[in-house]
Amino acid sequence: MSQFLAMGGYGSYVWTSFAAFFIVLLIDTLAPLARRRRNLRELRARLARQENRRRPGTPPSNESNA
Amino acid sequence: MANWVPLWLHRLGSPPVFYRFAGAVRPWAFGLALLLGAVALYGGLVVAPADYQQGDAYRIIFIHVPSAWMSLFIYGAMAVAAFVGLVWRIKIAEVVAMESAPVGAAFTLITLVTGSLWGKPMWGTWWTWDARLTSELVLLFIYLGIIGLYHSFEDRRQGARAAAFLVLVGAVNVPIVHFSVNWWNTLHQGSTIRLLGPSHIEASMLWPLLTMMVATKCYYVASLFARVRADLIASEGGKAWVREIALGQSGNDPA
Repeated sequence: MSQFLAMGGYGSYVWTSFAAFFIVLLIDTLAPLARRRRNLRELRARLARQENRRRPGTPPSNESNA
Repeated sequence: MANWVPLWLHRLGSPPVFYRFAGAVRPWAFGLALLLGAVALYGGLVVAPADYQQGDAYRIIFIHVPSAWMSLFIYGAMAVAAFVGLVWRIKIAEVVAMESAPVGAAFTLITLVTGSLWGKPMWGTWWTWDARLTSELVLLFIYLGIIGLYHSFEDRRQGARAAAFLVLVGAVNVPIVHFSVNWWNTLHQGSTIRLLGPSHIEASMLWPLLTMMVATKCYYVASLFARVRADLIASEGGKAWVREIALGQSGNDPA
């Protein structure tokens, strides 16, 4: 196992490369998922504000109508 | 050609159809990328023998070369989408072009970093201003320029059109990157894998490399589709279909 990790003395170069590969792609994977959720949240907030402007006094949540 | 192919493409040009299509394809493409990537890494790190000259350091090839291919492939895909968007003004094509740029930039960055980490033990230097390395660095700057230009406009479609021109102008760099090792003889080695003629590589090293190539292609599809979906929520925010998504499911939308 330690022989495998040593990579014939080039372990630091090989494993740093693979770490860079995975870290960059992990960020690239997570960023758009978070962006989509944020965009949806902002859109919901905007729609709630519009609803509030149209009918003043109505709290932004839907539960008050019940 | 069968009639349903252009018909299907035409339907796919509609943002809500593309949004659903991308949401359905993304998890499969991502899963396939993970599976093939794991197989390729096992083949490259465990099964393949050490190189007779470079020892185990050559194993960086299994991520460096597929990433370098992707840095050019994504530029090609982005250029086609940008051209379609400019000529036919298809909104989805513009979004696909603009959301390809960050993925391409990520792969270009990986190529430069892993190449540097490979160059230090093999060439004795982290960096040299040779043709291949310099043109790849220019490619990264072009990608970043496209991303920056797209986001510097208040109106997203205006930004996409301006950046699409930059995509087409910057495309001259792609053949320079590809042929740089043939045109200028410097530190960087020539092509190992050749479409025409025999490749200069053993079969036990070739199959992990090609498997990783397919894995990175699948990864590009998954990442691009996730980005397009995020982009459409913002850019189509005023449309009824996006409002339904936003209000229909509170927060946790599957896929």
